Order: sequence, then C-alpha cells, then structure tokens
Amino acid sequence: MNDFCNLYWRLDATTKTTEKVAALKDYFEVAQPSNAAWAIYFLVGRRIKRLVGTKLLRQWAIEKAELTTWLFEECYDRVGDLAETISLVLPPNESGEDIALQDLIEQHLLPLRSAESEQQRSKILELWQRFDQRQLFVLGKLMTGGFRVGVSKKLITRALAQHAHIDPATIAHRLMGDWEPDADFYNLLVDPNEQETAFSKPYPFFLANPLKDGPDLTLGQPQDWIAEWKWDGIRAQVIRRGGETFIWSRGEELVTEQFPEVATSAASLPDGTVLDGELLGWDDAESKPLEFSQLQRRLGRKKLGKKLLSEVPVVLLAFDLIEHDGEDIRSLSLTQRQERLTEVIQQASITPAKPNQSAGELFRTEKEPTRTSSILIPPAVATGGRVQGDRVQTWKELEAIREDAREFRAEGLMLKRHDSAYQVGRPVGDWWKWKVDPYTIDAVMIYAQRGHGRRASLYSDYTFALWKDGELVPFAKAYSGLTDAEIRKVDAFVRKNTHEKFGPVRSVTPELVFELAFENIQRSPRHKSGIAVRFPRISRWRHDKKPADADKLETILSMLEG
Amino acid sequence: MAKALLESTPNGLYCAQGDFYVDPWRPVDRAIITHAHADHARWGSKKYLAANTSAGVLRIRMGEKANLEFQPLRKPLTLNGVQVTFYPAGHILGSAQVCIEQKGQRLVVSGDYKRQADSTCLTFEPVKCHTFITESTFGLPIYRWPSSESVFSGINDWWRNNQAAGKASLLLAYSLGKAQRLLAGIDATIGPIYTHGAVEKLNAGYRAAGVAIPDTAYVGDLDPKETDWSRSLIVAPPAAAGTTWARRFGKLSTAMASGWMQIRGTRRRRAMDRGFILSDHVDWHELMQTIRETEAENVWVTHGYSDVVVRHLQEQGLNAKTVETEFEGELLVEPSENAEQSTEQAK
Repeated sequence: MNDFCNLYWRLDATTKTTEKVAALKDYFEVAQPSNAAWAIYFLVGRRIKRLVGTKLLRQWAIEKAELTTWLFEECYDRVGDLAETISLVLPPNESGEDIALQDLIEQHLLPLRSAESEQQRSKILELWQRFDQRQLFVLGKLMTGGFRVGVSKKLITRALAQHAHIDPATIAHRLMGDWEPDADFYNLLVDPNEQETAFSKPYPFFLANPLKDGPDLTLGQPQDWIAEWKWDGIRAQVIRRGGETFIWSRGEELVTEQFPEVATSAASLPDGTVLDGELLGWDDAESKPLEFSQLQRRLGRKKLGKKLLSEVPVVLLAFDLIEHDGEDIRSLSLTQRQERLTEVIQQASITPAKPNQSAGELFRTEKEPTRTSSILIPPAVATGGRVQGDRVQTWKELEAIREDAREFRAEGLMLKRHDSAYQVGRPVGDWWKWKVDPYTIDAVMIYAQRGHGRRASLYSDYTFALWKDGELVPFAKAYSGLTDAEIRKVDAFVRKNTHEKFGPVRSVTPELVFELAFENIQRSPRHKSGIAVRFPRISRWRHDKKPADADKLETILSMLEG
Repeated sequence: MAKALLESTPNGLYCAQGDFYVDPWRPVDRAIITHAHADHARWGSKKYLAANTSAGVLRIRMGEKANLEFQPLRKPLTLNGVQVTFYPAGHILGSAQVCIEQKGQRLVVSGDYKRQADSTCLTFEPVKCHTFITESTFGLPIYRWPSSESVFSGINDWWRNNQAAGKASLLLAYSLGKAQRLLAGIDATIGPIYTHGAVEKLNAGYRAAGVAIPDTAYVGDLDPKETDWSRSLIVAPPAAAGTTWARRFGKLSTAMASGWMQIRGTRRRRAMDRGFILSDHVDWHELMQTIRETEAENVWVTHGYSDVVVRHLQEQGLNAKTVETEFEGELLVEPSENAEQSTEQAK
C-alpha cells in the first residue's frame, strides 16, 4: 500500500503530465502485477460498489473522533471530501503499517460487502488504527470511490506503454471493456507478444475536438470532408461476435440490457461486426430524436416497462464500422468504412432511414414509421465526398445548414475528413465537432452553495433567476465558467450579502448579473419556472448590468417556441 | 456583574475604564498592540504601546514617525487605574498577549498565537484569567499540525530534489514571522538562500533582535544573468508567485508554507508544486488545550471559525460568544499574509 500511497501523493503534488507519467512508470516498474492491477482499476475511475455506506462511515468516524455530528459536518463542509475529512479528524497514528494493496482490498475490504454492519464497524475501526493520515485518506478513497488525482486513462496508457514498450493504442484497447483487476489481467496488459483481444472488448473511441471558431484555412475545402449531424444522445459501440451482442457506452459501461430493441436488431448483424454510433430516443412520427430528457427516462433502471419502451423507443444511429468480418478495419478511410457500413446494414435487412433531397428537408417528410430495425444509418448532411445528398461548395453553405441543427434535435455538425482512419482518443485534425452557438440569457444570482473538491470552502455553485411578474424565478444552476479569481470575488460577495442559510445553501441579495449559456431548453412541469435548460454554464459576469436589466422568463419561453 | 473590561466598538476593542484600545482598526488616541502584523498594527493612532520584544519589527512596520512606547514583558503598567501586562504569545517575534486587570477581574487578549516551538520568538505562556479572547483562524478539528521538525525535513528534501533536477526552489511565506521561522528551521548548508526585499528587511530586524537566522542575500542585489538560481532557495511573500519578479529564476518549483495547506483542495487550488503545513496559529487541538489552561469561564472568539468554536465551547459548558472584529477572517491565504500582499502591491 505504501508504494500506491506514494504514487498517489506524487501524482497529487504535480500538475505536469510528464511528471505524472514518470511517477506512474516508476510505480509500474516496482509494483507486483496483482497490486498494479488494482492500482489501475482505481486510477481509471472504477470503484468497488456497495462496500460500506458513507452514512455509516461518517457515523463511525464521528464516534471514533469523539465529535458531535454538527461539528463533523462543519469539517466536511470545509474540506468537501468525505475520505479526506475522515482522515483528518481521526485520532492520529504517528506511523502506518505497510500492507499489499491486493491484500488490503481482497482480504480486508471486499469481505465487508457481505458483512453485517456491526462486523463492518469493528473491521473499519481496526483498519483506522493501523494507518497514518495520508494512508487513511487513500484508504477512504478506496472505500468511497472517486480517485480524482488528475490522471486520465490516457496518461495511464502512456505510462504503461512506456513501461512495457508496447504501442499505446494496444494498451488502450486492452484497457477497454470489462476486466478483472488481477495479476493475469495485468500480465496480459503489458505482454508485448499477446495478440488476441478479448471477445467482448470495444475499441477505444475516436473522439472529436471542438471547432471553436468555425472552419479555417487549415481545413482545406469542404469537398474533403463529410458532415454529419452531431447528436445529443449516448455514444456507443455495438459488438456482434460469436453469436453474442454487447453494447458499450462511451463511459465503458455494458448497457446491452438497457437497450433491448437495439440488441435485438443487432442479432441480425454478421459475426465479427463492430458499429460505432449514437443511442437516441426516437420519435417515429417526426423521424427525429426525442428530447434528451426522454432518453434519460430509460437510463439507470433495473426494469424497463412496456409503457416506457413504447413511449421512448431507442435507436442506434450507426455512423461508423470499425470491425468487419472479424477484421479490425480502423486503418481504412472513413469513406471506405462507411461504404461497408451501408452494405453490412443492408445485408442484415436493416432499413436505413431515407435521406431526403436537401438538408432542410431531412426527416421532415417522413410521416409513416417504416422502419423495421432499431439500427439506422443517419442520413447525411449534404456535402462533398458523401455518397448521398447534395454537394456543398463552400463553408458558408455548410454554416447555413448548421443553423438548422436544432430543428433535428442535433447540437451542430460533425466534420470528418473523408480519408480519416479511426484513431484512438482525441487527436487533433481529422474529426471536429462544430456546435451551434449556445443560447444566452442574462440572469441574477439568488442562491449560492459551497463547491466540492478543489472548490470546497468557496461559494462556487450558484442558482440563477429570471424576472416574472416582478419576481425573480429560479431557472438554472451553474458552477462553471468563472475564473478562480472571479469565484473568489463572488465568494466574498456571498459572505457579505447572505440573507438566510438553508444547510449548505445561502440566499443572497439579488445583485450580481451573469450571462448564462446553455444548449437546449425543454419544458419541465417539475420546475417552478416551467423549463429546464441543458448544460447551463456562466459565459461571463455582466458587471455592466443591474438586476433590473436581467432577462425575463418570457424571453427564454420565446426561444423555446422559436 | 461589573462592566466588562473590553467592548467591541466601531474603532476596535476598547477598554473604557483604562481609555485605550487593543489592536484598533481605526486611528485612536491610545492603541495597545499585540504584534506587528498589518491587520493588528495599523497606522494613524496618536500613541502606541507594545511589548518591548516587538520594538525592532514594530518600528520597521510603523515607520520612524509613529509614537511607540514599549513595556517589558510580565511587568505591569497602570493606565487610568487599569493594570496592563504583556505576556509572550509565540506567534512571531515580539508578539504578546495583553492582560487587562481591575478590581480582581482579569481579561486576556491573546492576539494571534501558537503553541508549537519556534526558535525565533518566545513561547506562549498561558495566563489564568476570567475572560479569554482568542482567535479561531484554524478552529476546526481537521486542523492538526504535524511536528515542525517533519515539516522542515520535508522542505529540505524538496529543496535537494529540486537541486538535483536543476530547478530553483521558491518558498512562499509571510515576510514577517513565517519567513524567519522557516529560515531558522531549514538546513542552510544545502545551498545559497536568496530573499525578496520584504523578507530581507525583516530578516535585518530579527538579526538586530539577536535571533539566529542563516545568511541570506537580497535578490535585488544580484545580477540575474550572472546568478545560478538552480541550487538556491528563494524566500518570498505569497504575492510574488507568478509575477515578473519570479520569472528571473528560470526553471522553478514553487511551494507555500501555511496552515491552509492541510487541506488538499486548498493546496490544489493554489496550483503550487508543494504545500507545507506550517502555521503561526494554533490548530484546533491546541486552541482547546489553551482555553482549558487559562481556566477562563468566559471565552470571546474572534476572527476565523468563531461560530463553530463558540458553539462547541457552549456545549462544553463555557460562557462563549463571538466578537466581531476586523482582524482578517476566513481567507484563502493566511490572514496576515493577505494583509502583507496588499502592502507588497502598494509599493
């Protein structure tokens, strides 16, 4: 455990990626495979589920530290992290003992899952006596999850690749999907001679970079690009191998059972097929996606009722083929892959949604639901290089098409170079996401709450309101978009202008005006304002505006209708 | 019950019986000063009285024109029938508690104080009293200081590692008190030590008072092109971080020494390479121990987590209350450091 703790604190102590990679590499050089496997498991953000309830951990820490509950909560409020708070309030031990990470987890922690709470309590109190503060912090993190230490999967991949002298793409692929954190897995992970990839494994996703200022000269001509709508759903890979189907979300969750209609359609795909696409709730009448909030109703459920399945049917809009006839075809060009994609889907008797003559007409005329499958080929946005649809000659034309994105419940356009290979991660150059400009509105801050983690102890989470009949009605929460210096200023304002405290939330004098940006507006009877906005964030602080200058709720409602 | 010996007024904590203020935040006729940090020793009052151990640094801070009078420690002085005595507070060189006594009632204003050993100032002496006025900067149980030896050895290791990596070591600490405590605690044989002007000025004050501090050189006296910074430790106030002033050192590792560094989120937010937990204030446990040792039945709690400390003390059966002051409260940097930043920037 000490090696792992040292790694953790080395990673925590630096913000530089080269130093982080060096720390990881040093760790992999000395760690036993069985310990390294667990270290990777936690560092990529996996967690042991249902180990010990955080409520119980709190309760035992309060008892052991001889604190009152309110005093512990004050501490937690200041620290913003439960594992850290507990490690700081427990009676200190001068030095902690060393124990193998694997032993700690497999012999001490995993058995807690099946233990009665009284047994859990005595075991945890015993563990707390064995470690010093820094170890206790790491132990707490192992139990509560969420090792946020500024290490991405990419950095771990890079460090492992350097350590094992293997191509990072191979490591990335081996780290995908489901695996058990044991020595066998680790040895396979770093084995330069191993060829086989596991049966159910998805490929690392190819991700796009935002095209913030629109197409520039470096992009060349529109004819070199394929434009697609950028959908607001769940990115997923559908795998058909050996007569079995696996649906993996981009978050690497196996979600096959959550989307039975897609899984059923996938059964008619030939073995050795991997599709990349977007899962979306589908409106058959309109032939376009349902609002994201509808898709959300389908998520995180143990059982899917018939009613929900018929109200929110889900489809996969498949836009790429990355395995064909059991062969990894990621190095082929996008045009070639999409030709094969069309073939595969047609052969599987899957009807692609019919594209229409122009971008403005897409979907709209499709009234009668004709589809027989839940896997569709998304109709192309008219552009050069693409097989179907009109060609556009200039970026300006494409920009005009992009403005229609919201009509199709899309967030904008994807631009993909027609000869691009399917790469790993988010390399710059071949795939871009070109979102429509967000909606913006000026709103007044009325509540503030302390942040967590890096922002613990600062009032950094705010609730914003708009005017309605002379009253301020809350409509959105946002906690990003300000600089650290601005947050400090708002924090000072909140402290000096608090009206009431409700637990961690303070109501403040409605005085500060901010411009909020958001992606989408949906009606929501659950909210007092009657609306819900998607991805709200602060775009700037309007020092120049007084609360009376903020927008009315009507303004946002008119956007909804418009 | 007789009128309390001290009350909170718009000008500061005031003793009506003796007609004087303690650490007033606006100019008054007579101010008694606990220590030389800017939020306690403010300009503009007609007469100041402080412990004679603070004479050197207070003069540096207040300037030649201020009317300063000094009194030996533990030697009572009577002002309008009220007895005033200074006792060491252990915060920085010359910091003192002010004991105010009349008709058998005794009240102690502790100013800022700490209980950890510090070779640059006298150790805090608990004074038994009826009413104890305490700060609460770190008044939460999460604050528990590691031993200063372990902190200094951590700093020495960091410095050596930076040397090995060819990087200069920039250590940020408040220029009055913390900087000198650090200098006296680290291993000065590791390499050359350079200082920011604000630190160097106070080093001179400390040396003049007979405090042992290793040799340092003022950065401004060195030719930036001729100097190899990579082996050196540079001590500067927090405001120096990320400024053009700091750019001259080339490859750099930056660390901060402060009690706030106990919390990981604060450490990360400051975007420091390292955070060393070293404070000139008491942690929670020392705060509670000190209150017990004073045997005070009334505890007035000032700047910091006063609401939390008051509620906790009330649960312990003490007569505790919050006293609003303009001493710097919950800030991102150590309160005294913040005051320092503004004076640095004013220059």
